[in-house]
Amino acid sequence: MTDAASTGRPREAAEKRLQKRYAAERRFRAYGLLAIAFAVAFLGVLLTSIVAQGAPAFWTHSVTLPVYVDPQRVDARDLQGANYDMMIADQLLARLDVENDELGENSLKAKDLLSPDMGYQVLEMLKRNPSLIGRTVSVTAPVAGNADLYYKGELGREIAESDRKLDDQQFDWLDRMKADGLVEGHFNWGLFTRSDSTQPELAGLLGAIVGSALMLLVTALVAVPVGVAAAVYLEEFAPKNRWTGMIEVNINNLAAVPSIVYGLLGLAVFINWLGFPRSAPVTGGLVLALMALPTVIIATRSALKAVPPSIREGALAVGASRTQAVFHHVLPLAMPGIMTGTIISMAHALGETAPLLMIGMVSFVPGVPEGFTSGATVLPVEIFIWENAAERAFHERTAAAIIVLLGFMIVMNAAAILLRRRFERRW
Amino acid sequence: MAHQHIVSSFGEELDQLAAEVVQLGGLAESQVADAITAAVKRDVALCRQVVERDARLDDLQADIEKKALRLIALRQPMAADLRRVVAALKISLSLERVGDMAKGIAKRAGPMAEAEPMTTLARSFERMGRLVQARLKEVLDAYSRNEVDGLLNVWRHDDEIDDHYDSLFRELLTYMMGDPRTIGTGAHLLFMAKNLERIGDHATNIAEIAHYDITGETIEGERPKGEPTGN
Amino acid sequence: MFGKIFRQGPDMESTTIPDQSPNTVEAPRPTLGDDTGGSVGTTKISARDVNVFYGDKQALFGVNLEMADRAVTALIGPSGCGKSTFLRCMNRMNDTIPGARVEGTILMDGENINDRRIDPVLLRANVGMVFQKPNPFPKSIFENVAYGPRIHGLASSKSEMEGVVENALKRAGLWAEVADRLHHPGTSLSGGQQQRLVIARAIAVEPEVILMDEPCSALDPIATAKIEDLMDELRQQFCIVIVTHSMAQAARVSQRTAFFHLGRLVEDGPTEQIFTNPRDTRTHDYITGRFG
Repeated sequence: MTDAASTGRPREAAEKRLQKRYAAERRFRAYGLLAIAFAVAFLGVLLTSIVAQGAPAFWTHSVTLPVYVDPQRVDARDLQGANYDMMIADQLLARLDVENDELGENSLKAKDLLSPDMGYQVLEMLKRNPSLIGRTVSVTAPVAGNADLYYKGELGREIAESDRKLDDQQFDWLDRMKADGLVEGHFNWGLFTRSDSTQPELAGLLGAIVGSALMLLVTALVAVPVGVAAAVYLEEFAPKNRWTGMIEVNINNLAAVPSIVYGLLGLAVFINWLGFPRSAPVTGGLVLALMALPTVIIATRSALKAVPPSIREGALAVGASRTQAVFHHVLPLAMPGIMTGTIISMAHALGETAPLLMIGMVSFVPGVPEGFTSGATVLPVEIFIWENAAERAFHERTAAAIIVLLGFMIVMNAAAILLRRRFERRW
Repeated sequence: MAHQHIVSSFGEELDQLAAEVVQLGGLAESQVADAITAAVKRDVALCRQVVERDARLDDLQADIEKKALRLIALRQPMAADLRRVVAALKISLSLERVGDMAKGIAKRAGPMAEAEPMTTLARSFERMGRLVQARLKEVLDAYSRNEVDGLLNVWRHDDEIDDHYDSLFRELLTYMMGDPRTIGTGAHLLFMAKNLERIGDHATNIAEIAHYDITGETIEGERPKGEPTGN
Repeated sequence: MFGKIFRQGPDMESTTIPDQSPNTVEAPRPTLGDDTGGSVGTTKISARDVNVFYGDKQALFGVNLEMADRAVTALIGPSGCGKSTFLRCMNRMNDTIPGARVEGTILMDGENINDRRIDPVLLRANVGMVFQKPNPFPKSIFENVAYGPRIHGLASSKSEMEGVVENALKRAGLWAEVADRLHHPGTSLSGGQQQRLVIARAIAVEPEVILMDEPCSALDPIATAKIEDLMDELRQQFCIVIVTHSMAQAARVSQRTAFFHLGRLVEDGPTEQIFTNPRDTRTHDYITGRFG
């Protein structure tokens, strides 16, 4: 230790060293901030681009037309056989004061502006009440996908007429329909209340959402009890020898196996050997349960390990058996960690696509799945299907579906955090 | 050989206490020797010195007591250390009493020196005095060297001093009865002899205390005591 | 013995452990409330030739020790001497350590508890344990005390259970402080209170023996004093064995002391004798702080 009275040199050297240390600390902090900024920037870019693309899909346009059920075109004994779409198109043309040509091309062009749903609704009305033939009914249905895009300004005259599906004349008709007050813009509830369809304006996520929910239910019911029980046994009761060591290593490895391998496993075992139905929530659920199982086991084991041994000793010392000590004391304390781990692994399962493609969930499934064994699709696969669809209107709907999926993820993760905060106990 | 204390300052404090007891013992011994010499040689100046020096013994004993209390409160001594501290306390009290006895002898020797000498009696007194002195030295040496045999020896020969006292007592009585003018001096000598006997008792006391300190056991049996003389 | 563990204590024999201290009054049959300083009850636990191995490493070498009923026996010794290991043999807690092997005979009321046929779960209801760091369950104070009686079926109704809990808390000297907040978590108490809660938890299952592994080492002096006072009361009913690092504490609370060193029992005897005139040099060196 040099004292201040001696030559100030050592003091200077010490101060220089100190400055160097501070500089290094500042640099490190800067690197950290830079890294975070990078990550946040990427995240920001990703989210904004998706939201920008998908937001328009939440808004759509519907047209309300009075439809005269022409008794000459509709036969009460054969309601199914009438061509409602053409009937409505012709009436629209008349409304627009446009003459139809001999080939009926104008009618076709008018039909292109409307959704087949309109004709379908008329059919349903007539089925319920055939006396409507000869009367005029008011029908509201979404406009065709491309018409909707025109109204939202994404399909316009700036594109060369040969490169687009609707020509200028159709645009004029659309403008006039809007001017006449027949068309109304509103929130696209159909996205959540309709199931998949080849027509983009009629395509919704309901089927996928229900399919996802059913499948997640199967996954949870299989993976969670089995996983937690296995982890409790391995951690608390199993003897610590070479075999249990090997099992632990294998479980950790299984968690890293690519998910598509599980799809192959599902295909070979569940579908080909055991005869489970293809593309059903039960099959998908089982495959994903196998995939989620290692994660659940690992999360449960670390939650159990985190319980201090003094709790176990205290319980044993009072005369509790091993099982009582585990179930009365250790497990309740590990519950928050277990719940967090399971919810997060369920959130991962929700977003899995590859294994489900292997077991056939890639097919087009109209309608809502009725049960666990009926054909279904799930949100991520729906996104995949829509991405591959030809219609341009599906583009924005894919992005919207991604937003919905991300929304689910955020909700599930938030639930996990909330539950953990609520049940966290201090020992 | 016993190990040192892990906390060396504890060991040092114990050693210091023991050293002070030894110092007190030395002082007491020299007081006794000087008192006897002053009485026999009729040295009035020496008598005064002995009387004045007694204050030093009192101070030393007070200091030992303070140190012992401090050790007990602050160090919580156990087993042999505890016995040592308590023994130091008790022995210092005995030694302080020995000093008082020596002072008493010197005080009486002063006036005696002004009176007629009583040579035969003085010689008997001297013999008893030197015996007591020897016993005191023996017990203190045995204590400082942790020798149990020396202690036991002193303890067993307590009656020798008593016998000396009894014979001196009888001698004095005879002397005084023979010549009433000597009663004054004789009475002084009687008290001085009694003081010597008390010093001898203290030596035996110290032997008992030291025995418990070193072995942890009390000496078995009754202290051998001469019968008190009658008439 | 185990047929009647929960309802009554064992019969007291008339043989007493010879008390070498010269100042003790030899009472013929010690009774509750009898506080004659050094007098102890009959032998409750008798350990004979106990050897403990952790894998290949031997931790205890041929320990022979008798522990008396209605008394506190203190186990002292430097770190790693095996006293905690020995304590844990009394309630077979060493069974929970993989690789631990306990050999020898440990007789409790004449029955060898080290026998494989004895169920450790039942044994631990009869032999309670208090640990170094207070470890109340993260449940309410009431639940902490009620857990033991509940799993052993000691109370058949809610009111009976409340009575059991109140009784245990009173005997542990904690009732007055917690009576108005029985449903607060056990972890909300101070360190000393937590330790008394743990003691109440142990008492609630009506044990005959209470083991304490350095119970006061995590507590402040006042909490420590309260627990030592509690030990004085408890020892009139139970056989208490305490492991402690503090010799002063061993001297204060115990009637008999045993000194362990490097896995061997060096010396044991009445506390007074051990601390004024121990027979073995090693004991003496340890007690006077001379270990070298």
